[in-house]
Amino acid sequence: MKFRIYRYNPETDAQPYMQDYELHIEAGDMMLLDAILMLKEQDDSLSLRKSCREGVCGSDAMNINGRNGLACITPLSSLKQPIELRPLPGLPVIRDLIVDMTQFFKQYHSIKPYLVNNDPPPETERLQSPEERKELDGLYECILCACCTTSCPSFWWNPDKFVGPAGLLQAYRFLADSRDQATAERLDNLEDPYRLFRCHTIMNCVDVCPKGLNPTEAIGKIKDMMVKRTV
Amino acid sequence: MAVAKRTFDVVVVGAGGAGMRAALALSEAGLKVAVLSKVFPTRSHTVAAQGGIAASLGNVNEDNWHWHMYDTVKGSDYLGDQDAIEFMCRAAPEVVYELEHYGMPFDRLDNGKIYQRPFGGHMQDYGKNPVQRACAAADRTGHALLHTLYQRNVQANTNFFVEWMALDLIRDEDGDVLGVVAMEIETSEVMILQARATLFATGGAGRIFAASTNAYINTGDGLGMAARAGIPLEDMEFFQFHPTGVYGAGVLITEGVRGEGGYLVNKDGERFMARYAPNAKDLASRDVVSRAMATEIKEGRGCGKHGDHVLLKLDHLGEDVISHRLPGIREIAKKFAHVDPAREPIPVVPTAHYMMGGIPTNYHGQVVAPYKTGPEEVVQGFYAVGECACVSVHGANRLGCNSLLDLVVFGREAARQIIEDLERNPHHKPLPHDAAERPLARLARLETHKQGESVAEVGAAMRNVMQVHCGVFRFPDLLAEGVQKIREVAERAKNTAIQDQSKVFNTARVEALELDNLIEVAQATMHAAAARQESRGGHARDDFPQRDDDNWLKHSLYFSEGHKLDYKPVRLKPLTVESFPLKARVY
Ligand SMILES: Cc1cc2nc3c(=O)[nH]c(=O)nc-3n(C[C@H](O)[C@H](O)[C@H](O)COP(=O)(O)OP(=O)(O)OC[C@H]3O[C@@H](n4cnc5c(N)ncnc54)[C@H](O)[C@@H]3O)c2cc1C
Ligand code: SF4
Ligand code: SF4
Ligand code: FES
Repeated sequence: MKFRIYRYNPETDAQPYMQDYELHIEAGDMMLLDAILMLKEQDDSLSLRKSCREGVCGSDAMNINGRNGLACITPLSSLKQPIELRPLPGLPVIRDLIVDMTQFFKQYHSIKPYLVNNDPPPETERLQSPEERKELDGLYECILCACCTTSCPSFWWNPDKFVGPAGLLQAYRFLADSRDQATAERLDNLEDPYRLFRCHTIMNCVDVCPKGLNPTEAIGKIKDMMVKRTV
Repeated sequence: MAVAKRTFDVVVVGAGGAGMRAALALSEAGLKVAVLSKVFPTRSHTVAAQGGIAASLGNVNEDNWHWHMYDTVKGSDYLGDQDAIEFMCRAAPEVVYELEHYGMPFDRLDNGKIYQRPFGGHMQDYGKNPVQRACAAADRTGHALLHTLYQRNVQANTNFFVEWMALDLIRDEDGDVLGVVAMEIETSEVMILQARATLFATGGAGRIFAASTNAYINTGDGLGMAARAGIPLEDMEFFQFHPTGVYGAGVLITEGVRGEGGYLVNKDGERFMARYAPNAKDLASRDVVSRAMATEIKEGRGCGKHGDHVLLKLDHLGEDVISHRLPGIREIAKKFAHVDPAREPIPVVPTAHYMMGGIPTNYHGQVVAPYKTGPEEVVQGFYAVGECACVSVHGANRLGCNSLLDLVVFGREAARQIIEDLERNPHHKPLPHDAAERPLARLARLETHKQGESVAEVGAAMRNVMQVHCGVFRFPDLLAEGVQKIREVAERAKNTAIQDQSKVFNTARVEALELDNLIEVAQATMHAAAARQESRGGHARDDFPQRDDDNWLKHSLYFSEGHKLDYKPVRLKPLTVESFPLKARVY
């Protein structure tokens, strides 16, 4: 089984380069992450992030044969050889498959990702009907892997100004929460030629999300809310 | 070598549910806090918790904290400390409401209240009938909880040190803890983080076993650091094997599946739990179900070509329940077992899951160790919460959904205790001159040692020894051999070598440092298991099949130096109510 993997160590390499690797294994039921870790046993300098190995922590997002995804839930058998692995595009590379996520998290933090409710909390839970709760499905499950945001051309051009699909999905997660009271502030925060409106509905984000979430739809709903409040 | 130093009121090591609940309270109190995590906070393994968090809200049927307390004491096989258990069960509703107020997206009942589902060992009326006590956000409760706590910490401006790895504790001559030495993974920079209070919330160590539901990062670092600093580890022989790990992959299928009505069958299609636990059946305690499965497999009623697993059936629950209550499970089953559970059963085996033991603490999160006057003296400046701690609320076997509860109850309580203690100790003690010596020596060895076995090889050997010698059932000869073998592996671990010598994000170095911690935990577990001559909760001895309260109703304490074991009494007296007397445990 053949691999071509992006290598770059700023201490020793002037330029990144692609390194070829081979494993004598059958794909079987293995996931891509299992194979990379076998390669790492041969060459311990090969660097990546990993943790849960079940697609819930968001550590091992990378560009796999040209498409962003999580190595731990990508079956080896689904991949064409040589399997080409690169770091997520659009973010600075720290080393090999590890990128600097600072800008991604900065955008996430910029949407004030926490519930705002200024009423004194009741003795028990705040009530929410199953229908109201349902509005959060497809939103709260995001694992902040950045597959979507780093596949979005608008983010590549304006990483400091455009919130990006992951951040906007979370912005809508709080706008959609019946318990949240900061709707106006949240919309003001996005009312800007860049922060929200740089999304040109290219849909790369929806295409790659490993959790099957739909940032484009959420972005559309935020835009609707903006329109509604101006009329 | 001079090491840079920074000074804080509190250093929290770990940003899972426990670390972040504590950090939130500490930040809100205006203290100068540093929260270290090996990974970005939301990547901590709390994110993988599925089923729920236990609290007697009584939203679906009648419930109260006293019943919850009874179940927890019984579930612990009477090894749990009843003062701590009372404290936890009483606080449960309040901390769950608090999470809801923070924005946690719990599922809802038609009346708008938090949805609760049945779970193993959760009963009404002192063990009589199942009760719905597990507060759930679909089958992603841990994700919902962890992200909510992170979000709240963003709001509180908590100071995170992301991708920083704590290497060792700093203790002075009096035995007081004065902070940690840590390394920034991206740059390999080593720093002393001095603190008046150091809180460990480093999570579990499931990676000592070959088949585990745990993440790669669950390497027991907190326990390793404590053990190297001379602090004992409590009840390490008690490791929980979860009944339903996906066969082959180890990934967890929540007990919530059985809570929603799924059940286990053997190769004859028999619902075998009815024979082992006539009343609770598939919702008996985890140790009971795992042993039943192991017995079925041992006696030739396992499924598949090799007869080495059983099947979890849930297709009868119907599309609606599966897609609404168990969507994550369906995803996992499709990906890792190649079945759609709405049509076919999932192949499962008991899989190493949760460490009941840990760093000994009282119910305020203060670390306690035998020192001068008794077995429970407070180690000044040192606190531990979450899976790395042993309070002990879980005793010999943890009930499902009591861990997430443990994280938030004791995370909050430890923070309260720290705030109180710091008022009494306004000044930093001077650091010992050799504060960074041990971690620097560990790092230097990895730099100079060019020839040796690989970390991966030695790690695999360790996991294999633990799996074979210290599993669901424990045999005398295998344990004796296991003690010997794990000692040999520990020797090999001293001679590992890594090729990668880069200063930039050196994951090979991180894994080598983690191996030191795994080895401490593995040795503690093996030694304590070999010594305990009874069966209780998660520790099942083939040669001593009964619980023996006359001789073994006591907590073990393992000291790394010399592999010594000591014991201390179980705290049978609750805070305000009567003790639950010892009884045989039937489900
Ligand atoms: C698959 C699965 C499902 C589960 N489901 C449930 C459930 O439904 N209900 C329930 O109650 N319990 C459940 N549990 C158990 C529960 O999730 C865990 O016990 C709990 O989440 C542990 O939380 P924690 O905060 O102690 O540690 P973790 O969440 O594991 O966090 C540990 C933290 O410590 C940091 N850390 C570790 N070492 C270092 C170091 N050296 N330096 C710096 N940082 C370090 C890590 O980066 C991380 O931030 C489940 C467990 C698993 C594995
Ligand atoms: S739909 Fe919008 S956010 Fe998604 S990739 Fe396209 S431009 Fe980016
Ligand atoms: S929306 Fe999907 S792709 Fe984007 S960060 Fe969240 S989980 Fe990852
Ligand atoms: S390792 Fe956690 S998402 Fe892949």
